[in-house]
Amino acid sequence: MKDIAIVAYQQSDGVSDAGAVNEVELIMPVLERTFTQARLGSAQDVDFVCSGSCDYLQGAAFAFVAGVDALGAVPPIKESHVEMDAAWALYESILKIRMGHAESALIYGFGKSSPGELPIVLSQQLDPYYLAPQWIDSISLAAMQARLMLDQGLITERDMAEVVSRSRRNAMSNPHAQLAGDVSPEDVLAQATYLSPLRKADCCPVSDGASAVVIATVEKAREWGLPYAIISGIDHRIETHNLGMRDLTDSVSTRTAAKHAGMQDGRVDVAELYAPFSHQEIILTRALGLGAETSINPSGGVLAGNLMMASGLSRIGEVFNRIVGGEAQRGVAHTTSGPCLQHNLVTVLEKA
Amino acid sequence: MANLAAVVGIGQTRYTTKRQDVSIAGLVREAAVNALQDADLGWDDIDAVILGKAPDMFEGVIMPEVYLTDALGCNGKPMIRVHTAGSVGGSTAIVAASHVQSGTFKRVLTVSFEKQSESNAMWALSNPQPFSTHLNAGAGGYFAPIIREYMRRSNAPKDVGIKVAVKDRLHGARNPLAHLQKPDITMQEVEESFMLWDPIRFLEACPSSDGACAMVIANEELADQAVKQPAWIRGVAMRSEPTTFAGRDEVNPQAGRDCAADVYKQAGITNPRKDLDCAEVYVPFSWYEPMWLENLGFAPVGEGWKLTMEGATSLDEGGDIPWNCSGGVLSSNAIGASGMIRFAEAARQVRGDAGDHQVEGAKLALGHAYGGGAQFFAMWVVGSEKP
Amino acid sequence: MSEEQEVVTVVNAPVYLQYNFTAGAAPARFLAQLKKGKLTGQRRAEPEAPVYSPPRGSCPASGRPTEQEVELSDKATVQSFTIVYIPIPGNVIEPPFVVANLVADGANISFIHLMSDCDNSEVHIGQRVQAVWKPEEEWDYSMDNIKYFKPIDEPDVPVEKIGKLSVTGQEG
Repeated sequence: MKDIAIVAYQQSDGVSDAGAVNEVELIMPVLERTFTQARLGSAQDVDFVCSGSCDYLQGAAFAFVAGVDALGAVPPIKESHVEMDAAWALYESILKIRMGHAESALIYGFGKSSPGELPIVLSQQLDPYYLAPQWIDSISLAAMQARLMLDQGLITERDMAEVVSRSRRNAMSNPHAQLAGDVSPEDVLAQATYLSPLRKADCCPVSDGASAVVIATVEKAREWGLPYAIISGIDHRIETHNLGMRDLTDSVSTRTAAKHAGMQDGRVDVAELYAPFSHQEIILTRALGLGAETSINPSGGVLAGNLMMASGLSRIGEVFNRIVGGEAQRGVAHTTSGPCLQHNLVTVLEKA
Repeated sequence: MANLAAVVGIGQTRYTTKRQDVSIAGLVREAAVNALQDADLGWDDIDAVILGKAPDMFEGVIMPEVYLTDALGCNGKPMIRVHTAGSVGGSTAIVAASHVQSGTFKRVLTVSFEKQSESNAMWALSNPQPFSTHLNAGAGGYFAPIIREYMRRSNAPKDVGIKVAVKDRLHGARNPLAHLQKPDITMQEVEESFMLWDPIRFLEACPSSDGACAMVIANEELADQAVKQPAWIRGVAMRSEPTTFAGRDEVNPQAGRDCAADVYKQAGITNPRKDLDCAEVYVPFSWYEPMWLENLGFAPVGEGWKLTMEGATSLDEGGDIPWNCSGGVLSSNAIGASGMIRFAEAARQVRGDAGDHQVEGAKLALGHAYGGGAQFFAMWVVGSEKP
Repeated sequence: MSEEQEVVTVVNAPVYLQYNFTAGAAPARFLAQLKKGKLTGQRRAEPEAPVYSPPRGSCPASGRPTEQEVELSDKATVQSFTIVYIPIPGNVIEPPFVVANLVADGANISFIHLMSDCDNSEVHIGQRVQAVWKPEEEWDYSMDNIKYFKPIDEPDVPVEKIGKLSVTGQEG
């Protein structure tokens, strides 16, 4: 199978409200920077384009159609879209390259979540007959999950506060972070609870923005003369939607995906985990068996800013940055979808 | 080179206005179970599930793969959800095929659906946005002016659309799954039907359907062992262009022409009318048959309507290149599934398994889907013989 | 359970979600001009670049932002049209009414608007029309400031010239 490399990654600054700009205006600047980094003129210079977005974030059908207006798709291009995080758009693109129908691809994700109330919007992702009519928001479900862990003695509130503290401090060196600062675990614990047992700081913020990645066969990346990181493995798994049938204190699908992505075949220097809530980072770290040798969420992770539909792609991009920046030899990026970590994707990246 | 892949199982629901006897999960499962039975396989034989449907607002369920994983036997497996507007059923089949053609998976299940009765699709298609004039009454209001421009350019007789409307319904009457069953339809009945968006009459437009379609796609080794004739995937292509741009040819979009050229090249087709035995093409409004006959190279520009009028696309008239033998989108339109139905019906033809709407001896068939403002295209060519 | 169950075929679960809609930066500039009674278009900051109206943020053909504003005439040409015979939910217009794809003089792309004050059977491609505005005191950030377009007494535009007229119309 062909080795595939990441050659470029760009992300917009996470902001709680992007203001007047619409989706195409969110995407264009990120793509422009991505093309500059990959030394491409436009989307015409890659063989395939794939994006991830969700209509309900802004409340209008066909959000991705506006995205095409940012691509310069004249003459027409080979293009597709998933109504999922753009990390799955990357997955689709990898299959396209593996089957020999492309040597390079542009992947982007975008979301403007600020116009709606994201946690409420996401309640409509649940079973439409039994659960969605109850309007159970995404934060409440995560709070129940955290409660289970606390009551079983698997974590303490201090463990959660330490996750937040590390995120805020790591984010100080991430220019795109929305929330950053020298915050101690004590500072977090001093906060009032928001949706018990969660404090506001335990929950990722809502962010507007976009991110983009360019991938190519290793031959192409060399031909382009760009620094690159190799995608040595990628796999994803979904679990039952019935929360009562899952052990919410564990993430079986993350572990399965990691195994199939070959994560265990080497040391993991860095891990970027899509954990929208502090306790979920602990679940994921344990499910992946990560130890002290792994730097977890050096970007601050999504607690520092959550570009819905692009955050998963950004995790992959952040690991790429660490590898081409020489800080890591090998890393793992994780993406999630659905309530309480229902669907998980694991990507393993290595130094060329 | 892509690994070989083939369709080894096909399952559909019947198409109807309201399937109130099943939930969304029940609907998709019905199609999936039918596909597995057709392939003589069980859930454990499936390595991944690829789901497609048009906008989430059609049912009001956000990212429905999250909820449908249980119904589709996907727990512990990979699942992906494709959305490329009206072309989504076709794109989903292509993404599913890429799971196998890439050598990553041996056998996958792909399903697409729409349960329009659970929400208001007309609203979801053009929900009023602030600051804009809200005049665009759904897809018909959008496509009618484009059809009018085709009529002007081609000087086609006024009854071409009526002829297509009759032809596809007569085809649909041969297909027990088709939503509209109108074996006695006449040109006069279509002509006298209510004008909706001039020049589109009620009977020249597709219905609004609930339904799902599923396929099992397997690699060469497993397809060779299949219980029924496999439909070998001979080419896959997708193209997109923006909805509007200065100088865009909306009647004969370049994205469609490029997509067809790409898929024909892969399948070794130089003369589509001669080389293909039949085609399932996304025709939601009758006039799109002559328009796509030209766009897809079955006829020279300006002459697509002649094939229609000569009966070349009619099974009942013994045409040489029957289009939409299943009755097409004009007979059943479960939007998110409509593209996959085209792909699956093309596969049924080359498997020799299309029942009363079988084209005798069909060996090579085209499946086609388009979406958005006729800007997203997905096509595949399937054959009875291994390439 | 031995007793016969009632078959449940419908569960009513209406979904209401609130959104704060933003038009986008480029559309906002267009809407601000409309509030002043001016129809504008936008293009990439290059003199020969195509003019889009209404602008959506990018020149879709190139994927570049439409930074330059161009004032348009409120005269336009019919690129194509449909006569709608079914009512549009929430709209007071009585069918049948004409919805046309119109290209304003000075723009290179059509927008959709209503045609009225005309004999529906005489509407045709290439026909010249002009905006009929609401009274000034009713102007808002909306394309609805133009009530409809009505035919004007000017010669038809040949098909190959539709979408290519300058702001001065047929005089070139």
